[in-house]
Amino acid sequence: MQRFTVPILLAILFLVLVGMSYYDLLDLYIQSVIMFVGINIILGSSLNIVNGYMGEFACGHAAFMAIGAYISSIINVMLFTQDRIFGAPLLPPEMSLYFFPFVLLIGGFGAAIAGLLVAIPSFKTRGDYLAIITIAANFIVTSTIINMDTIGGSRGFMGMKQITFAMEDVIFLPWMLIWVILSTYLTVWVIYRFVSSTYGKGIIAIHQDEVAAEIMSVNTNKMKLVAFMVSSGLAGLAGGLFAHILGYINPGSFGILKSTEALVIVYLGGMGSLSGSVLAAILFTLLLEGLRFVLPWMSSGLHWFDGIFYWADLIPDGYQVSQVWKWVIIPLILVLLMQFRPEGIMGNKELADLFPRLRRWYSFK
Amino acid sequence: MKTTLSPETTGNSAAVISDSRPAATGPLLEINHLTQKFGGLCAVSDFNTAFQGGELRGLIGPNGAGKTTVFNLVSGFYKQTEGDLILKGKNIAGMKPHQVTGMGIARTFQNIRLWNDMTVLDNIRISHHYQLGYSLWDSLFRTRKYMKSEDRIRKHAMEILESLDLARFAEEVPKNLPYGIQRKVEIARALSIDPDLLLLDEPAAGLNSRDVQDLIKLIRWIHQAFDVTIWMIEHQMTVVMSLCSWIQVLDFGVTIAEGTPEEIQNNPAVIKAYLGDENI
Repeated sequence: MQRFTVPILLAILFLVLVGMSYYDLLDLYIQSVIMFVGINIILGSSLNIVNGYMGEFACGHAAFMAIGAYISSIINVMLFTQDRIFGAPLLPPEMSLYFFPFVLLIGGFGAAIAGLLVAIPSFKTRGDYLAIITIAANFIVTSTIINMDTIGGSRGFMGMKQITFAMEDVIFLPWMLIWVILSTYLTVWVIYRFVSSTYGKGIIAIHQDEVAAEIMSVNTNKMKLVAFMVSSGLAGLAGGLFAHILGYINPGSFGILKSTEALVIVYLGGMGSLSGSVLAAILFTLLLEGLRFVLPWMSSGLHWFDGIFYWADLIPDGYQVSQVWKWVIIPLILVLLMQFRPEGIMGNKELADLFPRLRRWYSFK
Repeated sequence: MKTTLSPETTGNSAAVISDSRPAATGPLLEINHLTQKFGGLCAVSDFNTAFQGGELRGLIGPNGAGKTTVFNLVSGFYKQTEGDLILKGKNIAGMKPHQVTGMGIARTFQNIRLWNDMTVLDNIRISHHYQLGYSLWDSLFRTRKYMKSEDRIRKHAMEILESLDLARFAEEVPKNLPYGIQRKVEIARALSIDPDLLLLDEPAAGLNSRDVQDLIKLIRWIHQAFDVTIWMIEHQMTVVMSLCSWIQVLDFGVTIAEGTPEEIQNNPAVIKAYLGDENI
């Protein structure tokens, strides 16, 4: 019985979210927040393979997201839409619904191949030096895209909205929400099964003692290759979804800042904890979106306070606390986290390790 | 240290050895003219030995004599400057350590190198990596191949732990275990790959005298029960002299003596290397 509780709960969650979106009980903003939660779960937990389980410090995760985003967008736009660059659609737009998951997977696959850019240097390089290589990879990818004029260069690439409209024309359902939720489930499933198998545990052995791993017959180079490719492939999947939700991508949105967001999720949740990454991705996205409202409230609240008490001068007249302050508050949270709980919310434990009673209710397979 | 040996445990562990390993014909390991230079330093020079299979041998020498370098060469960490390493008739020069391990050489380390945040059972399970027999896709879809392989590995790991009387620590994390038990777990991990040749790098380092006596019994028992050839580096003469039937002595990378324990004990060159010259 326990083995069915998690799939049933996930199915219910899926049906409730899709149903509520279908009947307009969730407005588009909330839907988009849910989709970004999903994307951040994919990004965070896939980066956790490398940074948490394997103990490397990869900080160019957005590069693979960009590759996934561009590959899937280009394929979709080329196949199904009338485009300025690629001309008439090669296939009827109605087909896009059936092709969409495959196109997403191709994007992920392309990103996995790009993962070799980091995986191969990782054979000989570790730690800080590999971190520098990952940053370099991030810049290589974004500058390459900037310099490719056929796909828009730094102006960006668009046309993906037509794909989502085409899908909704076939069957009217909140398709992007469906794909995001399914991809999130897929990601968590893949990562869980990977790291709980003896095969995948090889990367944890590399983390804890690479020499011992190699001598105890773990093919460390192959395991690094697999870990980097799975990680970047899943990031590519997230990128594909991201592109189709926004309908517009430009290289600027896959810079170091995006990579940092993924890092924050990993370290907030705890390195080597899948449930930690999921939890942190939810918290982080809600925090980001919450600040969107909190900052104006803060601004008006401070002005109100200054207005009532003539001696108070908490905020200069006419100054509005802008959204830029988000990027003061979030790093500050990171500083506090590293000071007081450096292992993150969950440490390297899973939910069931912290609350053993939960095991009575479910077994995660 | 209680060591219980039941015939079925050893019988089963032998049955799990993967078939991919080449069968031993002729000598198990031959080392000819092995030389390793680090820049101008000659760490090992012209080292020769041969194992027929079934021996229990020692490699001793003062600090910095190149003993661990020999082990690192045999297990594939260094590529030798000169010489041949022939394991079961196959030259293992240039092989990666994990490939050498897959061919049947296991080793332990001078300073214990367990995976400290994983349970003892997981430590043993991961050491079956070379004989998994399934791929990434099998692990994702939990195919029958995967299930069979994981069951077999878990069973084999538990057998190893039980035969070394470590089963009660299976779910413990090595860093919480006493040093002597950690040593034993490391030996168990090395045994879990069903080695033909077990390299023990100073197994008695850091153990108290009672633990050392237990260790001597344990190694002697492992040698018989697992039918494994053992080659050990050791500083504590009680261990080497009571266990090994043949000892080689290295000093500054050069083999200065070899022979039975009695011969070594009375060899003037060995005494000189350890205690220095009589005339200062």
